[in-house]
Amino acid sequence: MAQNNQARTLLAKIWDQHEILRHPSGPSLLYIDRDMIHEGSFHAFADLKARGLKPRRPKQIFGVADHYVPTTGRKPSDAASPAIARMIETFDTNMQWGGVRHFGLSDKRQGIVHVVAPEQGITLPGLMIVCSDSHTSTQGALGAIAFGIGQSENAHVLATQTLWQLRPKTMRVTIDGALAHGVTAKDVMLALIAKIGAAGAGGHAIEFAGRVVQNLSIEGRLTLCNMSIEAAARFGMVAPDEITFAYIRGRPFAPHASEWDQAVMQWRELVSDEAAVFDREVALDGAEIAPMVTWGTSPEDALPIDAVVPDPASYTNPERRKAAEKALDYMGLKPGMALDGLKLDKVFIGSCTNSRIEDLRAAASLIKGQKAKIPAVVVPGSTQVKEQAEAEGLARLFKDAGFEWRESGCSMCAAINGDVIGSGERCASTSNRNFVGRQGPGARTHLVSPPMAAAAAITGMLTDIRRIGGATV
Amino acid sequence: MKAFTFEISPVVIIPGTNCDTDQIIPGRFLKSDRAQGYGQFLFHDIRRDSTGVLDPSFPLNKVGADKATVLLVEENFGCGSSREGAVYALADHGIRALIGPSFGDIFYNNALKNGLVPVKLPVQICQALAEHLTRFPEAEVRVDLEAEEIILPGNLGTHIIHIDAFARDCIIRGLDEIEMTFTFMEQIIEFEKQRMSSHPWLDR
Repeated sequence: MAQNNQARTLLAKIWDQHEILRHPSGPSLLYIDRDMIHEGSFHAFADLKARGLKPRRPKQIFGVADHYVPTTGRKPSDAASPAIARMIETFDTNMQWGGVRHFGLSDKRQGIVHVVAPEQGITLPGLMIVCSDSHTSTQGALGAIAFGIGQSENAHVLATQTLWQLRPKTMRVTIDGALAHGVTAKDVMLALIAKIGAAGAGGHAIEFAGRVVQNLSIEGRLTLCNMSIEAAARFGMVAPDEITFAYIRGRPFAPHASEWDQAVMQWRELVSDEAAVFDREVALDGAEIAPMVTWGTSPEDALPIDAVVPDPASYTNPERRKAAEKALDYMGLKPGMALDGLKLDKVFIGSCTNSRIEDLRAAASLIKGQKAKIPAVVVPGSTQVKEQAEAEGLARLFKDAGFEWRESGCSMCAAINGDVIGSGERCASTSNRNFVGRQGPGARTHLVSPPMAAAAAITGMLTDIRRIGGATV
Repeated sequence: MKAFTFEISPVVIIPGTNCDTDQIIPGRFLKSDRAQGYGQFLFHDIRRDSTGVLDPSFPLNKVGADKATVLLVEENFGCGSSREGAVYALADHGIRALIGPSFGDIFYNNALKNGLVPVKLPVQICQALAEHLTRFPEAEVRVDLEAEEIILPGNLGTHIIHIDAFARDCIIRGLDEIEMTFTFMEQIIEFEKQRMSSHPWLDR
């Protein structure tokens, strides 16, 4: 089990603390501290019911309605269709049946599960956290192991509070230097994925390190870890530090004041030892990263905003070439077109990648009394983020500029609650996936940071924010 | 879970790197009950034109493709969303095994839990198999989980299937993992007691 006499990575330390046993054939039986669940869990609940089982440790399970919730109102009847309303109601029923604490549609703590969990102090350093959503990797930003699972695994966790897992390999991504004005954590991730590829971290878990990461707020670190899954990483993580502890203190499910010192003492141990060896090392120079935008249908199809659409003929790898040709056809783009200035139909600011208060502040800073030229929607990551943004006057700024100000949820990122981009429409989106059809059949997605999205709404086109200035990021 | 020992089948090629689970099953179908069968949703939007009519050029729609229970896929197949519906769609369509250079991690685990066998082979071998299948579309592979090997057609040889012994054993025996884990419950409870005493805030 634990190899305390050897230099260990952060991953190894947390993993060893959760390994109940290791099966002779390889996988570890891991103890799961927290299981976050959403409406998609109905398969797992059907499985439990068929077995005559109930959630074994309901206090360690947290339900949040996010994927199917309407963003235009807070009643199931506001849902886009009766079938979608049924998903929300089924979720409530299952949560009550299982005795699981849950933040339903009208709860003040509702929001996107990966925004809510850190916000409520459910996500803590050193924990083993799962959720049946690939972007669970987000929560590693606080120094936890947090990863996405399927519904079969979810049923296993609900029934046993454990999971069989093989330990992933480790990759350290070191980002040194300092980010230029207008460059955000989102741009760092798009630059990383463009560099290592959408399959680049397959089989690995990423630990983010370096000056840029140390200087990032928790919000920024959450964005980094969020998109590690888009590089095929099992999960992403950042070693907890003073910024982490300050963020957690006083949150509802965090250790109480009387337990605080004990907790922080445990958390301070959660760093990779200096001599720890990673299976792979990747380095990025933060100063060289520009505001990024995707042009294709994979997050790896990302370029600096001042670049032009690439020519598929320039790829030597025939598979890459074919993929690029298909992507350009789907996106309605031609090689050599400038990305800066590309006309848009819609803007979406939201998702577990970029919908926290800092994201909304950065986006709002670009508006400066101007009006959106195209339909733009802001969907705060949680009801608390929404209320805070309203209290800070950000909501007023967005609304005065003609942006729609919605209730929180996954909305146009998962695009399964009825919020979709129309076929052939081009959208600048702060979400995480530009897959074919992701935001609706035929929808064309360009992934960008929150300030880039706000600028795009004001100009009606993809816009290099360095050209217009004003971003406070 | 449907037990898997071996499977002999022709192979359909699904082209495209980074084929994400949104392509395997679009999100709007994930509300469906499993009982109604997820096979109808498999590759829904890339298999059909915008009016919903099957596109005859999509590999799974070609004559004879219905006989195949094995697919050959490209790098990073099943990346993206953790939706197990992607595996349900493949399994309910009758697919029993996938051959590819790499798979999305969550998709890979989901496949194993549903008796769908993901076989990782080096990219050169996958490409050679694709070329062979283009010339001999009816060529068959034998995926033998008990022998831990896959026999490819022509002179492409026999290769080891690298699946961890634990998952392999579960699939061959059609073992229920939850039932199996219950046999370790004493150790789980003991571990849990210690964990809760050192981390009391987890237990409220």
